[in-house]
Amino acid sequence: MADNGKPKFGMYWASSCGGCEIAVLNIGDKILDVDAIFDIAFWPVAADFKYEDVRNYPDGYIDLCLFNGAIRNSENEEMAHLLRQKSKVLVAFGSCAYEGCIPALSNLTSREKTLSTVYLDNLTIDNPEGTLPKEVSTVPEGDLTLPSFYHTVMALDQVVPVDYYIPGCPPEPEQIWAVLEVVVNALLHGAELPPSGSILGAGKVAVCEECILEKNVKRITQFYRPYEIIPQPGLCLLEQGVVCLGPATRSGCGALCPQVGMPCRGCYGPLDGVEDQGAKMLSAIASVVDVGKAGDDEHQLDEDIKAVMDTLVDPAGTFYRFSMAHSLLRRARVNGNSNEAGGDQ
Amino acid sequence: MSEQFEPVIVGFLCNWCSYRAADLAGTSRIHYAPNMRPIRVMCSGRVDPQFVLKALREGADGVMIAGCHPGECHYVEGNIKTLRRYHLLKNLLRQWGIEDERFQLVWASASEGIVLAEAVNRMTEQVRALGPLDWKDTVIGINGRGSFSKVETASLVEEG
Repeated sequence: MADNGKPKFGMYWASSCGGCEIAVLNIGDKILDVDAIFDIAFWPVAADFKYEDVRNYPDGYIDLCLFNGAIRNSENEEMAHLLRQKSKVLVAFGSCAYEGCIPALSNLTSREKTLSTVYLDNLTIDNPEGTLPKEVSTVPEGDLTLPSFYHTVMALDQVVPVDYYIPGCPPEPEQIWAVLEVVVNALLHGAELPPSGSILGAGKVAVCEECILEKNVKRITQFYRPYEIIPQPGLCLLEQGVVCLGPATRSGCGALCPQVGMPCRGCYGPLDGVEDQGAKMLSAIASVVDVGKAGDDEHQLDEDIKAVMDTLVDPAGTFYRFSMAHSLLRRARVNGNSNEAGGDQ
Repeated sequence: MSEQFEPVIVGFLCNWCSYRAADLAGTSRIHYAPNMRPIRVMCSGRVDPQFVLKALREGADGVMIAGCHPGECHYVEGNIKTLRRYHLLKNLLRQWGIEDERFQLVWASASEGIVLAEAVNRMTEQVRALGPLDWKDTVIGINGRGSFSKVETASLVEEG
């Protein structure tokens, strides 16, 4: 392709749902500005490029590459290395690339269990021969290969160095545009880029600060899942026993979910200085539970508090819904002390 | 392994009761397992769940939190917050595949050197029986990548 001097734009999806791509299109007619400013060098969802085209680019050819999706298999990882090599600025775009997101919830189980749920042990599966995807299948025409499926889902920065992070599942369109403006100003007008490693397109405070719901002293005695309760409108959801991750989540989204009665699920990730979002939320939750006080009988106290905590179903999936790959422990231990990867006990 | 496995237990002891209990255990010459590495915190309520997770990730085989009995907290209700976090964190750790015995909460007042010593002995033996945790190598390290080989898929079909 003839070089027209425009900065080159790339976007890639690894293990993702495609929502990040939609979010980019949701910047509305500004997408035309993106097209006017940038030359699209690689964007599988929008334009017909092959991996081979990217391999043929000189190193650093793509000025801005938005990489969304987690690293789930060897193809994802290969593309992460390739795009790192070919991109000047590589952005972990969206929660999957930033911290694992929904795909990384499978880090709570093993690769074998995941495959079994998808292909074998599932009511809606009709697979009498128990066919499973194989890395290599031999057919008369030769060997066919598939990428290898990893045991642990990783975030982009766990396989290659990343310049910036844009959190969100998906990132909010106005935040995406704000980040694009910063990069465009740097590319075209020589403005300075933010320091490497920055989290862009997000705030510095907790979601609660942006949330318009009325907040009082929080005293809860039972947890509810969203379907179990019709929350009182206008009142903080956490106060009503719905686990809302607002206190432990970075702002930037405009607190959209709580406004419509859905608790914050934590997709913008941890605040500055926090390594493990789930642990921080767990800590915050403990301080709003109002059961037990100094002077109660020790055993009774223990039982009462345990009973309340047991009403919070699936703490790992709730607190780490988006940050499993970046959490301190990263994945569950599925087979005790055996060194074998996986295991299906 | 010919030598007996010696578990490493990280102990967060509150300044006002349990650290003094450990002191008392020492000055009373109570013999107890040397496997706990004490860390003094001002209150058991100071123990951020991140400390526990980080200890387990960085090589501890178990974590003990020890504080004043409920009702005797120097900060009135710090240890009740600890108790709330403890139960929730325990539920969480179970999901990560970490056995209950590896994370324990103990109440030991400044005069209960023997209670703390016994708790350390008990926990050491329980964790010893479970074996090493070795999170970095056995969970993050080896299980990190890897592909599904033909052998593994074959065994999966049999189990399925």
